[in-house]
Amino acid sequence: MTEALLSVRNVTKRFGGLVAVSDVSFDINRGEVVGLLGDNGAGKSTLIKCISGVHQAEEGEIFFEGKRAEFAHPIDARSHGIETIYQDLALANNLDVGANIFLGREVKKSYLGGLIKTLDEQHMLRESRQTLNSLQIQFPTLTQPIESLSGGQRQAVAIARAVYWDAKLMIMDEPTNNLGVIEQRKVLDLIRALRERGVPVILITHILPDAFAVADRLIVMHGGRKVAEKTTAATNTEELVQYMVGARDDAPKGAPETQREIPLPQ
Amino acid sequence: MTERGSRIVLPAGTSPSGLRTSSQRLALLLSRIWAWLFLALMILFFVIAVPLMSGGSVNFLTIRNSQNILVAIIPVLLLGLGQTFVIIAAGIDLSVGWVMSLASVLSALALRWAFDSGAPLFPAVLVGLVAGVGGAAVVGFVNGVIISKLKVPAFIVTLGTSFIVRGVAYLMSENTTVIGLPAGIRAYGNDALLYYIPGEGGGLYFLDRPEVSGELLRRMDTILPYPVVVTAFVVLCTMFLLHKTQFGRHTYAIGGSLQAAERTGIPVDRHIIKLYILSASTAGIAGFLSTLRFTAGSAVIGDPLLLSSIAAVIIGGVSLFGGAGTVIGTVIGALIIAVLTTGLVMLNVEAFWQFIVVGTVVIIAVLIDQSRDLITGRQRRNAAA
Repeated sequence: MTEALLSVRNVTKRFGGLVAVSDVSFDINRGEVVGLLGDNGAGKSTLIKCISGVHQAEEGEIFFEGKRAEFAHPIDARSHGIETIYQDLALANNLDVGANIFLGREVKKSYLGGLIKTLDEQHMLRESRQTLNSLQIQFPTLTQPIESLSGGQRQAVAIARAVYWDAKLMIMDEPTNNLGVIEQRKVLDLIRALRERGVPVILITHILPDAFAVADRLIVMHGGRKVAEKTTAATNTEELVQYMVGARDDAPKGAPETQREIPLPQ
Repeated sequence: MTERGSRIVLPAGTSPSGLRTSSQRLALLLSRIWAWLFLALMILFFVIAVPLMSGGSVNFLTIRNSQNILVAIIPVLLLGLGQTFVIIAAGIDLSVGWVMSLASVLSALALRWAFDSGAPLFPAVLVGLVAGVGGAAVVGFVNGVIISKLKVPAFIVTLGTSFIVRGVAYLMSENTTVIGLPAGIRAYGNDALLYYIPGEGGGLYFLDRPEVSGELLRRMDTILPYPVVVTAFVVLCTMFLLHKTQFGRHTYAIGGSLQAAERTGIPVDRHIIKLYILSASTAGIAGFLSTLRFTAGSAVIGDPLLLSSIAAVIIGGVSLFGGAGTVIGTVIGALIIAVLTTGLVMLNVEAFWQFIVVGTVVIIAVLIDQSRDLITGRQRRNAAA
């Protein structure tokens, strides 16, 4: 097997006296969907933020494409191809689909030797349409503000943006939250489409059916520690719930018990 | 995402707009173009009412009146143009009124100094322009830095700087009108592209003020005075900037979602600084033009216009919550205020009624904006700013 795209090695993150993430290690390979499970406060979000450059791990190392990755800022992580889709999606609702896909990276046309630059709307619209088509996402119109789109459609815009900008690793934070059943299914389809393109996805969720529907592998966190890592085929809901609530624990009991009992900030 | 919780969720591929009824569509259309309609109906009203009330001796629809209206909107519009950008980005600039005053004083002082030091008239006027707009831009820079870097609310910062600028303007003008400017600048501030004298002995004059007096002078119409031309040019530039460039796109993005703008790597702080420089600069141009027009610099010229300019922006459909608005909307808003004021005066209505009417129109404008949100089901952007 080739080396892992992302390697997290013994990462620890503290907030003052709270240990939000404690000595977590795992790998992400190309073309796989990994579910990151855990109850509220289990440390999922903090762990993910260490990878995406929002937080910096205090101990441990993160390797991306075989190189040591120390992202000082989310923009750094993005420029290396780690795209994180948060629950708020980071979309501007008053702008249209194309504008959102190119937000912050607009394509410009130059006039008078670069003296005057205008937005190349046509180019951006064309590229947006192509990307959406390749993901089999259809919108009735791409030139209306996205505030008129449904939650799932806006989720699709965020995914299309990451795909267009060549995401090598996609991190999705509870993408099916607050979506209707049909839309949830559509988003899960998109995650599968990403896997087919070879883009691995870390899917943060506490909805087990979602995890079983798309993930190849599951990592369970509890109290800041990784308590289980299983292939989806080798586990079941009951077992996972036991891990999530802390009734089972595969990890070596290195950390003192008290650290796990502290309620952790999200 | 939680704010969408109560919404009926539609399957991907079905747009909510597809479910709108035709009456909703009509309401939506009306809410978009109401300002144009309102302006048109108001003009129609005055065109009919003014001759009726005056027994046919006064007409609303004359060249002279149209030019008076255009000249009257210049300062309000210029203040409003910069403000449009700031408010679209979910900010506010309360300092522009006094910044205009400061620019008027600064440009008068600089122009007088340059001319008295022996500079020819045109270069002296340019010195005045640079001093006025440059001085204003400095205030805008200070506003922008404090707002973006020190995270103080724009309302507070610009309120504070407006007092500071007021003090500076009075100090620099020594609490009096700055006079003693070269008489030649009067032409810059008042001459026009075209002159038209209807009837016998008259004619059309281009770029050349005819030397006439008495009856002919009384009949002469001044068409498109230079300040109007300059303002029109600024309008075109700001339209281009807001609607065609990356700068404009980022302005909308910041107003739509500050968080999205930051996450996608837009240099938000730097952009906000530029916005306040822009806002102060258009106020600076207004101050400079007023110095040319009155051949004097005045520290009291700008402040009364601040609220009118914000009213024009709001009537024009710029959302105070940020993220929405156009330059042409602000132009319409300024025109509505000017037409209203002029028309009421011609109807011999006590001038103070204009305030009551303008205030009512502002509130109606916001109500219409909100009803549009209801129709489209748009959620109020949770004020990230």
